[in-house]
Amino acid sequence: MASSQILFAGFGGQGILFSGKFLAYNGLIAGKHLSWLPSYGPEMRGGTANCSVILSDTPVGSPIITYPDMLVVMNNPSLDKYEDAVVPGGKIFVDSSLIERKVNRTDVEVFYVPATAMASENGLDTLANMILVGKLIRESGVVDFSHVDAVLDKIVSARRQELKAFNKQALELGYNYVG
Amino acid sequence: MAEKVLMKGNEAIAEAALMAGCRHYFGYPITPQTELTAYMAKRLPKMDGVFLQAESELAAINMVIGVSAAGKRVMTSSSSPGISLKGEGLSYLAGCDLPAFVVNVQRGGPGLGGIQPSQSDYFQATRGTHGDYRTIVLAPDSVQEMVSLTIKGFELADKYRMTAMLLADGTLGQMMEPVSLDADKIVTFEKPWAACGTGMKRPNNIINSLSLIPEELEQWNLTRFKRYDIVEENEVMYEEYMMEDAEICLVSFGITARVSKNAIAEARKMGIKAGMIRPITLWPFPKKPLLAATEKVKAFITVEMNMGQMVEDVELATRCRRPVLSCTRCGGVIPSPDDVMGAIRKACELGGDAK
Amino acid sequence: MTTVFDRPHALKDVSLHYCPGCTHGIIHRLVAEAIDELGIEGRSVGIASVGCSVLTYNYFNVDMIQAAHGRAPAVATGVKRAYPENIVFTYQGDGDLAAIGTAETVHSAARGENITVIFVNNAIYGMTGGQMAPTSLPGQVTQTSPYGRDVKTVGYPVRVCELLREVDGAAYLERVAVNDVKNVKNAGRAIKKAFRYQMEGKGFSLIEILSTCPTNWGLTPDKALEWLEGNMIPYYPLGVYKDKYAEKEAE
Repeated sequence: MASSQILFAGFGGQGILFSGKFLAYNGLIAGKHLSWLPSYGPEMRGGTANCSVILSDTPVGSPIITYPDMLVVMNNPSLDKYEDAVVPGGKIFVDSSLIERKVNRTDVEVFYVPATAMASENGLDTLANMILVGKLIRESGVVDFSHVDAVLDKIVSARRQELKAFNKQALELGYNYVG
Repeated sequence: MAEKVLMKGNEAIAEAALMAGCRHYFGYPITPQTELTAYMAKRLPKMDGVFLQAESELAAINMVIGVSAAGKRVMTSSSSPGISLKGEGLSYLAGCDLPAFVVNVQRGGPGLGGIQPSQSDYFQATRGTHGDYRTIVLAPDSVQEMVSLTIKGFELADKYRMTAMLLADGTLGQMMEPVSLDADKIVTFEKPWAACGTGMKRPNNIINSLSLIPEELEQWNLTRFKRYDIVEENEVMYEEYMMEDAEICLVSFGITARVSKNAIAEARKMGIKAGMIRPITLWPFPKKPLLAATEKVKAFITVEMNMGQMVEDVELATRCRRPVLSCTRCGGVIPSPDDVMGAIRKACELGGDAK
Repeated sequence: MTTVFDRPHALKDVSLHYCPGCTHGIIHRLVAEAIDELGIEGRSVGIASVGCSVLTYNYFNVDMIQAAHGRAPAVATGVKRAYPENIVFTYQGDGDLAAIGTAETVHSAARGENITVIFVNNAIYGMTGGQMAPTSLPGQVTQTSPYGRDVKTVGYPVRVCELLREVDGAAYLERVAVNDVKNVKNAGRAIKKAFRYQMEGKGFSLIEILSTCPTNWGLTPDKALEWLEGNMIPYYPLGVYKDKYAEKEAE
């Protein structure tokens, strides 16, 4: 059964929920079963935020992820909290500009991407999340990169169409990043 | 079939209500259902509908009473503490035999509680506030079912002139899933009893729950309960999941039924024959399939996000012929598949000999 | 033979349950006369409240809805929003409107809800047997203020018209009384005007009617009328408290 359980975690304001939404819409376009579950409440206003996305070829059971296959982390507390939950053989994507320590686990694949620094260097502040998503797509094959335009059409609001190009640029930076 | 779209549960309920022909919404903001209110605020004014943010939950439910008494489809939504405030109105709706559609996207309690998901209003939803009355309680476990049960809820409310409550929780309200917005056939009903002006063409209609004559009030209740009997006979909804050969029967509704499905998959990998009966209507409760299941299963386990509020309904339905365990988390904590597996193991150890 | 006096059509031909000397009957008649004169019976919907007037739903010949204690303006809001062409009125007592239903009163006024509120103020809870109301006068003896209303512990009476005067959404507020013929006629005029304002879409109107409760005041009907004049009117002065569309109409 092909099923991917992807957990995004970081601070509110880093685009955690948007990253999850991007993957969810990819799943929708690909005709997969999926769920997207955000954390909600005060953490949305500056605290920690996380978002669980499940993409599957069969109907999704619980939308709650206990043991993620893939973890994307954008702050220290999230790495501390979720590192041990990742399934053996799973993948962890770390924004190494924001998280200085290394992942302790040795039974998972780890990808360090200085996403925040890369975003900044390329005039893409606030799009570090999408750089990490680009890397995740490259390493996991969980979604087809060719759907990217169609997905961005759906989730970038009509009033902010100029953001589509920036998002795509960020995704490509991540996709092509070799750490 | 219409193209699937991604929607949050809260928004899907709102869209489904519009599909059902509801053009009047009264509410008050409360987490975690506010997206529903916001969706209505955006959509209704553009379709000649009425969106009104009331001064309180009390006012909102009474505005619902007004529209319902006038004969139009109407709804309100809230989360646990807000539903308590609406409790008075729910009793009046019942006493006046008025249809209404009410949504509770539950959060942890009691009191102000928390804002994380919960199912701790099971008693409140299935038992209600003052007086002898019933509420049809619909418990979806997916965003798609939030759509279909909303449409169904409006239909049942009108058909039986009573409140249909959609009992969801913060997880279902906040999560997104692909959903097809195909309109089922929208069933509507004539409302000759409505108080919307006689037009000088008929005797006046009176919508009222008061009688100072005990025998008369008793008769009203008896008549109402005859209608409830028909609801119990005809409107029970449930899902049987892997029950063909099940020895352990989970009983769970809403989001915890989804968690339970994961646990059942795990159990089956280990050779434990687990299955589930998922009540979709919490009232009327699926008594018959539960009683029938006592013939083949060794034990029942309720999986809930409360302190085990459904246990006694399962015990009553199964007449205590098999042990009923519970696997519960509360306060906004969601049981994990591991929690449920633990309960399944415990049920296996019981051996199922308790008769 | 010419009929010079008859029961209004909007009032049913049934005997009212009110105590002897109670002025609810007069007020019912004034409301029904207004409905008749304006020709709105077929599109009127009345909201009964909780209190002595709970049974009004049996008396008016229009569609009626009985509301929970204090919630009549919210129910009226629902009806009016569902059918804006209907003429919707509430008939509420002082406990209902100025205690348990204060929020509904103030906010329906604030919204400028296009409804008519008939507010009967008799300074006591009648239905439950004579307890202190939000409008009971300082020193007034009731079952729950047996030593007289002590403003130091239970506070002061609520003057509804004065309170609502500052609410922008309120269109028309007037306090009247039904203690003598002149005042009864004036009350009828005010009630009719409030209904007419609703027909013209002018928004929220409330007519406060000072009324008697001989039974619970412990007075004969005639003494009750005197008590109203001597005690209530000084505390609750009659008059127009607000008229957004102050008309110079020939009345």
